[in-house]
Amino acid sequence: MSGGKSDNKARERVLGAVRRALGVRGGENARLAIVRGRLENRPRGPVPARGNLAAPGRVRLFMQMAAGADATTERVKRNEDILPAVEKFLAAHDLRHELVHGADAFIAALDWGGHKNIRRREGVARGSDEVSLTRAFAGVAETGTLVMLSGPDNPVTLNFLPFSQIAIVEAGDIAGDYETVWQRLRQHLGDGTMPRTVNWITGPSRTADIGQMLLLGAHGPARLHIIVVG
Amino acid sequence: MKVTTQSFVDNAREALSDARLGEAIRFAGRGSVARRQAVVDRLPEFDALRDAARDIKTHTLQYLDVYYEQYEAKMREAGGHLHFAPTAQDACDIVLDICRKAGAKNVTKGKSMITEEIGLNAYLEAHGLNPVETDLGEYIVQIRDEGPSHIITPAIHLTPEQVAEDFRRVHTDLPADRDLSEAVTMVHEARAVLRERFLAADVGITGANFLIAETGSSVIVTNEGNGDLTQSLPRVHVVVTSIEKMVPTLEDVSVLLRVLARSATGQELSVYTTFSTGPRRENDGDGPQDYHVVVLDNGRSAMLGGEQSEMLRCIKCGACMNHCPVYQSVGGHAYGWVYPGPMGAVLDPQLLGIEAAGHLPNASTLCGRCEEICPVRIPLPRLMRNWRTEQHERGLDSARARLALVLWLALARRPRLYQAATRIAARLLALLGGKTRRLGRLPLAGGWTAHRDLPAPEGRSFHSQWRAQRDKRQ
Repeated sequence: MSGGKSDNKARERVLGAVRRALGVRGGENARLAIVRGRLENRPRGPVPARGNLAAPGRVRLFMQMAAGADATTERVKRNEDILPAVEKFLAAHDLRHELVHGADAFIAALDWGGHKNIRRREGVARGSDEVSLTRAFAGVAETGTLVMLSGPDNPVTLNFLPFSQIAIVEAGDIAGDYETVWQRLRQHLGDGTMPRTVNWITGPSRTADIGQMLLLGAHGPARLHIIVVG
Repeated sequence: MKVTTQSFVDNAREALSDARLGEAIRFAGRGSVARRQAVVDRLPEFDALRDAARDIKTHTLQYLDVYYEQYEAKMREAGGHLHFAPTAQDACDIVLDICRKAGAKNVTKGKSMITEEIGLNAYLEAHGLNPVETDLGEYIVQIRDEGPSHIITPAIHLTPEQVAEDFRRVHTDLPADRDLSEAVTMVHEARAVLRERFLAADVGITGANFLIAETGSSVIVTNEGNGDLTQSLPRVHVVVTSIEKMVPTLEDVSVLLRVLARSATGQELSVYTTFSTGPRRENDGDGPQDYHVVVLDNGRSAMLGGEQSEMLRCIKCGACMNHCPVYQSVGGHAYGWVYPGPMGAVLDPQLLGIEAAGHLPNASTLCGRCEEICPVRIPLPRLMRNWRTEQHERGLDSARARLALVLWLALARRPRLYQAATRIAARLLALLGGKTRRLGRLPLAGGWTAHRDLPAPEGRSFHSQWRAQRDKRQ
């Protein structure tokens, strides 16, 4: 959609009205400097102390908060333990041993040869997919939140279309607070750069729109199983 | 959405006599107040976060034009298209134009109060498109041909039995005798029906809780995941939002997100918080191919710089209506437009004109609970009083209210007359109060005493007691 003349006129009308109401002309150096300063310094607000823990406590808080949001969690020691945990989850919920996942190298490197009974497809989710296997960029202990980055490694639809989602997060990637994860993302992708979507996920999908009764699985996954590794 | 703010008094009377409505609202209200309190009690930093949230919004509004320039550069860099809409009509036209150029027929919608404000569904329908609300609450009010009665929980005024009736009426391809006695069955039914719509959609429209200048991102917050299916499956994602949603950085939005869900639904965080930046990337297998953001003004810029600008901090959490004794009595529809409760009583007169929405800032006891719990500390009672003052100054209040004020002014300006009058009134009321010292009925205040007694004065006015004290001491 090209901008066009009417778009420019509308832009000037709105921003002009904003400037008139604020009593400014726009382009004042002092104002530009203040905005630039804030965007460069990115001051932090109050960060809840609850997430400020050493690694073992942080992982415990993450799992506890995620469980509080109705996710199921388990912790495994080594990467080899992941697929047995996946199988256990599928069996416990009487699910077909079929799942969809992205091109994530960590997932690709799992011992699929040793678990040939799990049928898998690599790609984006389709309406017919029952289970997805995803890997989180990070976890946030303060609220038990997963941070997922969209892209070929973990396509965004894996987080929303299937009825059950399994998410792997490495214990070392669990941070105390959101700010720490943003900082890590800037190092990962460069300042001010984002993937198409960053998804914070805190528990499975829910609604309370009918009679105020909280029910899981409104549109997204009704089950979210988190496997913490390491 | 049809505006019936002018008939608030009749709307309210009707709502008060609707027992089923009263039951639904009060049940929901009690739960939401308790849930918020519980989650707030678990976070010692909550009040400090509210201060920080207020300051972030105040700062951003002061430099709003500069932040938009920054935001625009970043979102364009990511491949997005930005459109400014001075009026509701402009916004509708822009969205329709995008849909037409995309050759769209089916449109899915995430929950967005701004699209309610501009009446987008009706506009798209009138031009041959088929917009479907996908938030369960919004879907329910859409199939009932109603507006939302709450900005967070749109179908809060309905009981499960009413929803079952509507599902039976609308989902006619399902067996008519199916069991819908459990809410969970209805949720699954809606999931299946709407899943088809998601997969068939050409354009997905969402709102935005925030825009981020640092990264050029828009943010939505949902519990169902419908907003994400709405924006990830169709070819085109359109965000419809309003000018005051801007925040500077990812750090700033983190502060606001910490107060938003706790205030709105009493959750530590909503299930899905999604930061969207531009269309899908080169190697992405999903996500929209086009990303548009439509930013609506619709009278908001006029609030900047003045007293009412504090209202532009609002993050639409709905806590003020959950805590409002008036909203909790009459529900959201009585207010007569998109935004009900205390925040609506301040915002609606700005967007509709005080002539149309003048009842709303008067429909408040000014008890102050809304200000006490507001996550961005908006002084809602003061802003409502400002509207009352403007109404009076422009002669828009009722003849009866004006007469009462003129009489009161005449009395208050004449100390001797005032003291004599209050002395007599205090004695008279003391006599009327009798031994119980309570007044069950009062002339001119029947509405007040219908529900409670007025404690009777002791017999002497404050002035005369004060004078007696002073005389004693001297």
